[in-house]
Amino acid sequence: MSRDMTAILATDCGSTTTKAILIEKVGEEYRQTFRGESPTTVEAPFDDVTRGVLNAIQEVEELSGRTILDGEKIVTPAGEDRGVDLYVSTSSAGGGLQMMVAGVVMAMTAESAQRCALGAGAIVMDVLAGNDGRAAHEKIERIRVLRPDMILLSGGTDGGTISHVVELAEYIRAADPKPRLGGHFRLPVIFAGNKDARNRVQEILGDRTALVITDNIRPILERENLGPARHTIHDLFLEHVMAQAPGYGKLMGWTGAPIMPTPAAVGLIMEQAARAQGLNLLGVDIGGATTDVFSVVDGQFTRTVSANLGMSYSVSNVLAEVGIEKIERWLVEPIAEQELRNRIKNKMIRPTTIPQTLADLALEQAISREALRLAFDQHKALAVSLKGVQQERTIADAFEQEEGGKSLIDLYRINLIIGSGGILSHAPRRVQAMMMMIDAYQPLGLTQLAVDSIFMMPHLGVLSQVNERAATEVFLKDCLVPLGSCLAAEGKAKRGEPCFAYTIRFADSRHAQGSLRFGEILRIDLPSGAEAELQAEPSKSFDLGAGKGKPVTLKVKGGVVGLILDARGRPISLAENGSDRAAQLHAWAKAVDLYPE
Amino acid sequence: MAHSYTPGLRTAPQTVVRKRRILPIPGQVLVHDGQAVTATTVIAQTELPGKVHAVNVVNLLGIVPQEIRRYMLKREGDAVGAGEPLAENRPVFKWLKTQVPSPITGTIETVSEVTGQVFLREPPRPLALTAYLDGHVVETFPGEGATVETACSLVQGIFGIGGEAVGTIAVAVDNREDELTPERITDAHRGTILVGGSLIGRDGFARAKQAGVAAVVVGGIHDLDLKQLLGRDLGVAITGTEQIGFTLIITEGFGRIAMAKRTFELLSSKVGRRASCSGATQIRAGVIRPEVIVPLSEEEAGGRGREAGESEGVGGGLRVGDQIRIIREPYFGRICKVFALPADLRVLSTGSKVRVLEAELDDGQRIIVPRANVELLEA
Repeated sequence: MSRDMTAILATDCGSTTTKAILIEKVGEEYRQTFRGESPTTVEAPFDDVTRGVLNAIQEVEELSGRTILDGEKIVTPAGEDRGVDLYVSTSSAGGGLQMMVAGVVMAMTAESAQRCALGAGAIVMDVLAGNDGRAAHEKIERIRVLRPDMILLSGGTDGGTISHVVELAEYIRAADPKPRLGGHFRLPVIFAGNKDARNRVQEILGDRTALVITDNIRPILERENLGPARHTIHDLFLEHVMAQAPGYGKLMGWTGAPIMPTPAAVGLIMEQAARAQGLNLLGVDIGGATTDVFSVVDGQFTRTVSANLGMSYSVSNVLAEVGIEKIERWLVEPIAEQELRNRIKNKMIRPTTIPQTLADLALEQAISREALRLAFDQHKALAVSLKGVQQERTIADAFEQEEGGKSLIDLYRINLIIGSGGILSHAPRRVQAMMMMIDAYQPLGLTQLAVDSIFMMPHLGVLSQVNERAATEVFLKDCLVPLGSCLAAEGKAKRGEPCFAYTIRFADSRHAQGSLRFGEILRIDLPSGAEAELQAEPSKSFDLGAGKGKPVTLKVKGGVVGLILDARGRPISLAENGSDRAAQLHAWAKAVDLYPE
Repeated sequence: MAHSYTPGLRTAPQTVVRKRRILPIPGQVLVHDGQAVTATTVIAQTELPGKVHAVNVVNLLGIVPQEIRRYMLKREGDAVGAGEPLAENRPVFKWLKTQVPSPITGTIETVSEVTGQVFLREPPRPLALTAYLDGHVVETFPGEGATVETACSLVQGIFGIGGEAVGTIAVAVDNREDELTPERITDAHRGTILVGGSLIGRDGFARAKQAGVAAVVVGGIHDLDLKQLLGRDLGVAITGTEQIGFTLIITEGFGRIAMAKRTFELLSSKVGRRASCSGATQIRAGVIRPEVIVPLSEEEAGGRGREAGESEGVGGGLRVGDQIRIIREPYFGRICKVFALPADLRVLSTGSKVRVLEAELDDGQRIIVPRANVELLEA
């Protein structure tokens, strides 16, 4: 069936904007052709998400000349200039999916439950655990006050502890929590813990909640089994959360595949892209309210969401979390604290405004560096190997013991970083998006960077479930804008000391060579689609991925920015003194042509 | 095409406001359709379940969970007083006896034979939901609450702190550009909704609290003063539950910004009138803005259609000649008129290509501003 599709319509109902895209078969390949958007209408006075969807589709109709709607009906199948073969949608409107998770031990089942809920696209409001340090009444009060959309209860390996997980079920019963939407409905609770505790949990929660029992997410300590619980979350999301949100009943009848939570769809397309290309990948979607971070390392997918780190609604929270000094350190032109604080708050209360001056743009981009950095720190804390796993060791391991809980994010092994969200996708110069990501993530060795051109990853994620080929083709050709590559050296030295020497051989047999001193950065043109061979030899205190002082020979890919050679050290060392730092930032900005002169 | 400007806030001399007042959990509705109510009339009530406390009896007695019922002195549903024994062991020697006292006064809810825990619940707390507005009930929701309607003047603010308050309107400044300094706040302002001009600072906050002012309405505040007032940096604009001693509403933004002329004049015309206000703000999905609602007398409201006289900032789009406020640097706070609405995108000094408008300032100077950075003011 999917081979015959010639036109596909996809929408993403965000908390503020509903975005529609049209994908059409152009020759033998699928391409994204038109896009429309309209304010989301899930809130009063409309109280019907489909109004915004229809408006966004109408804009696509106007731009494309294709008739898609017949009144309020989507015309199917696709004909010459009429109709579409498939309509799919994602949604994060109304605050998305908000969950609370619980497990017996914080670092084990509770952490697995957290990964499971996040992977399913949820915002995790709180993590309860037998050993979370809170008294019983505090836990009960917390469950009662938060009013999540659903609770995921895990705990105990199969055949393991029963009493501890039953205790958590008793807390939930005692709290008698009510769902966030729809006061008359029972709160969905998913039990995905020790199978021997199922009957007890059923007795305790069966009459008070909409209890669903699924496979244990941690059947043995050595293995996580997140799939079944994740699917149950998606089913309940549709049945309980979506079905009660205004207009979604109607929207669910229009779509050719189940509506997915937006972050789950973004995760899906990233996972597929990483698998298809054999890459280790890091992705970020920095929005107005939240920042999602995704990683796929050796096939293992992890998603985290920093619920209150964003560039408009949550911009003030970035300041509250990192402190003013961390933001000021990226500013060439200092701004007095009172003025800086007022500007940030004014952005919070009027979130749709845009910078008109360079100083204002630089301030937003400084804040974004810190939001990206902080969300990444939070991601690294959860993207770890399983804790509590006994490891078999040989005598050789005795000298290099690694405990469970080791971070999966080794920046030398990350091949591609993808950025998404207004501040990155709409940066006036693409190099600004690249530098925000380089400064925030501080990649090591060679890393490619790209941005999502118009935020269509959610659409492609949900589409990939029905037509993977169309989703992958559009993802690679229209969604990603390759920025280029960055080669960065890890290490420290005195400013001005040699860092690394390089030789670049371009495909047209030209070559360029030179060397960088510690503290310098260089941008070299290498257009999209072009490749070059890069040989680099670090000095003895620097590592480019092969070890300190060891040379590397790499194939580098180009992009709209090109190749960045970064000798600023890792971590990037910013001068303590304000005027020295301003000079340093100015020199870096000039070297990469960051801002208009 | 979506409108590319921020809709202005409402400043309406005459409008009709309906407030849906719903209990957090089901309860009893005390009013009927058409009933006249005042802001303090209790329209619905319920009992919020008491807090739950857990006591691990088996650990304290050194027994196994399956045996717990044999040691309990109270059963599920029984009332207990704080300190009253819940369970005790029965040793051979009396002086080895251990009792487990109840940590609270309440009832026994559950006794678990799996975990050995006993759950106790504190007595329910009564919750009374008031009408918030002087007006009348137009709809009731059995067991949930009611909708209260009033013909009123309405001023929406951009940001607020603190919950609902009721008081009489007072103005403590001579004009909308004045700062509401501590000296201007007197003991006579106790219980008032006090209108200032462009700013209130930390000393003004302290004085307002001391004088027992119900609410303060001003053009702007400095974020540093807000931080000091709250004792923390406010991260996300979801407010309304703060306890700072009064309700704070800002009408324009952060910084020293004169209150919009229309807003100041409307509030000034209501001195001595009883009003309701709320500082609750939510900028994200389900936008809630702080507000001042001044109910109109029957004569003021009478005769005309319900929505008569209502004017809103939200129109069909920007037009040449419209009065606008710029809401971002470098012209933040300036009031001007739309001079032209060029259709093509323009390049800003940041390098961004955006939809702009040409605006004329009071002195005749013309400037280019992104359409996203203006707010439509009423004619």
